[in-house]
Amino acid sequence: MTTAKERATIQQQFQTRMNEDELMNCMRCGFCLPTCPTYIESGFQESHSPRGRIALMKAVVDGLIEPDEDVERSLNMCLGCRACEPVCPSGVRYGHLLEEARDIIAQNKKYSLFVRIIRKIVFSGLFPHQNRMRLLTALVGFYQRSGLQSLARRFGLLNLLPRHLTTMEKVLPTVPTWKEMNDRPKQLTPQGIKKRRVAFFTGCLMDTMFMKTNDATMELLQRAGCEVVIPPAQACCGALHGHGGEKHQAKELAKRNIEAFEQLNVDYIVTNAGGCGAFLVEYDHLLKDDADWAERAKAFTRKIKDISEVLVELNFHETKLKVKPQVVTYQDSCHLRNVMKVANAPRQLLQAIEGAEFREMKDADRCCGSAGIYNIVEPEMSMQILDYKMQMAKQTKATTIVTANPGCLLQMKLGIEREGLSSHMRAVHIVDFLLEASGE
Amino acid sequence: MISEKVKQSFIRIVGSENYDDSKAGRLVYSYDATPQFQSLPDAVIAPRNTKEVSEIVKICNEHRIPLVPRGSGTNLCAGTCPIEGGVVLVFKHMNKILEIDEENLTVTVQPGVITQDLIKAVEEKGLFYPPDPSSMKISTIGGNINENSGGLRGLKYGVTRDYVMALEVVLANGDIIRTGGKLAKDVAGYDLTRLFVGSEGTLGVITEATLKLIPMPETKKTMLALYQDLEAAARSVSKIIANKIIPTTLEFLDQPTLAVVEDYARIGLPTNVKAVLLIEQDGPYEVVERDMKKMAEICQEEQAVSVQIARSEAEADALRTARRSALSALARLKPTTILEDATVPRSEIAKMVKAINEIAEKYNVKICTFGHAGDGNLHPTCPTDVRDREEIERVEKAFEEIFAKAIELGGTITGEHGVGAMKAPYLEWKLGKEGIEAMKAIKQALDPNGIMNPGKIFAKSERKRVVVTR
Ligand SMILES: Cc1cc2nc3c(=O)[nH]c(=O)nc-3n(C[C@H](O)[C@H](O)[C@H](O)COP(=O)(O)OP(=O)(O)OC[C@H]3O[C@@H](n4cnc5c(N)ncnc54)[C@H](O)[C@@H]3O)c2cc1C
Ligand code: SF4
Ligand code: SF4
Repeated sequence: MTTAKERATIQQQFQTRMNEDELMNCMRCGFCLPTCPTYIESGFQESHSPRGRIALMKAVVDGLIEPDEDVERSLNMCLGCRACEPVCPSGVRYGHLLEEARDIIAQNKKYSLFVRIIRKIVFSGLFPHQNRMRLLTALVGFYQRSGLQSLARRFGLLNLLPRHLTTMEKVLPTVPTWKEMNDRPKQLTPQGIKKRRVAFFTGCLMDTMFMKTNDATMELLQRAGCEVVIPPAQACCGALHGHGGEKHQAKELAKRNIEAFEQLNVDYIVTNAGGCGAFLVEYDHLLKDDADWAERAKAFTRKIKDISEVLVELNFHETKLKVKPQVVTYQDSCHLRNVMKVANAPRQLLQAIEGAEFREMKDADRCCGSAGIYNIVEPEMSMQILDYKMQMAKQTKATTIVTANPGCLLQMKLGIEREGLSSHMRAVHIVDFLLEASGE
Repeated sequence: MISEKVKQSFIRIVGSENYDDSKAGRLVYSYDATPQFQSLPDAVIAPRNTKEVSEIVKICNEHRIPLVPRGSGTNLCAGTCPIEGGVVLVFKHMNKILEIDEENLTVTVQPGVITQDLIKAVEEKGLFYPPDPSSMKISTIGGNINENSGGLRGLKYGVTRDYVMALEVVLANGDIIRTGGKLAKDVAGYDLTRLFVGSEGTLGVITEATLKLIPMPETKKTMLALYQDLEAAARSVSKIIANKIIPTTLEFLDQPTLAVVEDYARIGLPTNVKAVLLIEQDGPYEVVERDMKKMAEICQEEQAVSVQIARSEAEADALRTARRSALSALARLKPTTILEDATVPRSEIAKMVKAINEIAEKYNVKICTFGHAGDGNLHPTCPTDVRDREEIERVEKAFEEIFAKAIELGGTITGEHGVGAMKAPYLEWKLGKEGIEAMKAIKQALDPNGIMNPGKIFAKSERKRVVVTR
């Protein structure tokens, strides 16, 4: 709930900060509606559609309505999946509008003490500090290895959590140890002739919770002929902050990353998480009004490339790739597809694997409902979207669901658990699957 | 305004989850795809069946509450903008395909069915529903019927009207009537079906429709003819038809439209030519081959710089989809996009293209033109900015002159987008005083209290007719 005074400030900031041209660029044709998961799952409510949300933002700017609870509700319900962008003939950059609107609301709203603490921990205490991320992951590791996990499960302690969080606990990967996390490579040589020099963006969550996948990524890059540099000064990409209404912190993280990478003289900066990559590739937008940084941000974003595109470019799919016979399907990472515009390369790679029968899933490009922390804050809608996704996945008869982003990976695992399919269906990150196919 | 008592009666009918009078809930139904129109309704109601519609209408009629039926709000004439407030009726629950009758070749649907879903569903059974407005991936059948929408295939197959066989309609007094039937012939009384088609929600609420289907044509071919001269492209259109060929599709796009469409679709459209024609023919193989060859020759005779045949259905489909995005793609140029729908007899299309360009120059406004050239239906579109009042005035003057020119050439002010609130002031130019009076008499008889979509079609004040000087 916001007070009248907060609403007035929010409204006034909408007027000064929202990009009015971008809002007006929406001609209200409705072409984006059929691709919006929340529009569909809400039973076709315009207030949960992109066109409706843009109209609401504009109405706040125009002073037609106050930024009341319902407006906030509509914006909160948005997955930020950006499926509405590539289908918009008018080229409305919805994601930017949403980010700005959320930032204005978050900065001017008094959250409850509980939410304030959580936000503080997540946004300032944790993600910007890689050592703390490691510590947290190590704690999870301790939980998993010490026997605490089996104790907690045995005594039903987890039943105290909401159901989807209980399941979430089950699907967390077995995480690396403290020592493993602190012993990361800084430079790796190519196998065979050197074709490219690339930098690897490790990501905060990827380099802790999903460290194995990062290792696999670097291994693949080496096998494909890349010299890999991993600058230790890099930081979290800031996506969580940017999407969660903490734009200021996102900018600080962006600057740290630009500094960490700009002197490396590499062909590409490689990412393996669609969510991070999409945020990195828009640093130029994030810093466009900062005279000292705008150009440097542009140079940075030009180099961002997803691992699957790098591999295809280096003809990795023409090397020997083989798995035992299985049906495979691919769930797009929304941000990889809609923002980084990468949809073909992962499919091309998967189709090249001997033994893997690739079957396209219906609506593979529709969000799985993970969407950052959406599945925690909007569990109902998230689970509804996930259930649909699992129906589609089941129809393909696939035993392996491949994804390209940690959030999607966890969500798919969650889906498999919820459906009770874990005995014969698995979810993997594409690089892990490729490494498996390439022979470990 | 809706009193608490009336609100409770609405809620008793549809349940509180289907009645929304929150500010945000109303705001998102305050607009359609028409620029410069916005007005809040008092409530948004989502009925679940015909009976509920009838009960709602009765209450509105009793309390004189304006009622605006709304599909997906993609119309371009401010047809669903609730300019007098009241209730917006949405059909999100009434969106089922009820029956595909393969013996009588009909399909029966509820009004909220999305056009493209219907087309796909019947195609799976080898049947064909031709009306395909560019907005078909989101437009509803209820909207299509009420705007009598056309599409890319209109030249050969006609418009929505030609496929509506029967309707279930809730009248303004709440009566439920059925018009027409699954009949090839039927002259029992006035043809009310045709009356309701294109009535823009001003005569009743359509709650069910039976539509005609035809067998799927055997083959289809698509080509693109490129021109360095706008009028040459337009002349080709008239000449193709004069040569007694009726292609399925004959669409026109000028250079600025091509550029924005390519910017969006990225399929390699030529952007260095002044205009293209997108031409399609379907039917038996030999006929398609013969017609395509002949049309290619005609285009070349008219100085087409190149004629390219699509190599695959995927390529053809990409071309069609690109064409369908034209209007929204033009919207990327400027904050406001105003488009028109002037239509002339096919033989006059080259004159109209010429006139549009001269008028644009005269008023110093940018006009991009695309449209269903084969239907004589062009969409001159002006990228502008509502905040620039001075320019908007010039744009309005330019469009008035375009209307006047269209009428002078034997045409009309709107070919397929409807009158709504936007063109109401100009309707008299086309119909004359007596024509308007006749229509008003019908409206008065069916909706004496004027609750059905008020402010649409009939204007409070008419525009003074501009005189075109040649
Ligand atoms: C990008 C774009 C391209 C377009 N291309 C074309 C085109 O190629 N050809 C064309 O003809 N039009 C086109 N249009 C215009 C528009 O899409 C059509 O008029 C379409 O039929 C409207 O459908 P809708 O469901 O959005 O109806 P709405 O806009 O919601 O409503 C249209 C009218 O129908 C009435 N109505 C809706 N449902 C009912 C009902 N159940 N009972 C009574 N009245 C009802 C409304 O009151 C309103 O007057 C285009 C629009 C856009 C934005
Ligand atoms: S497709 Fe683009 S222009 Fe059309 S309604 Fe959606 S955001 Fe607006
Ligand atoms: S970002 Fe996703 S959920 Fe949000 S409006 Fe766009 S399509 Fe809908």
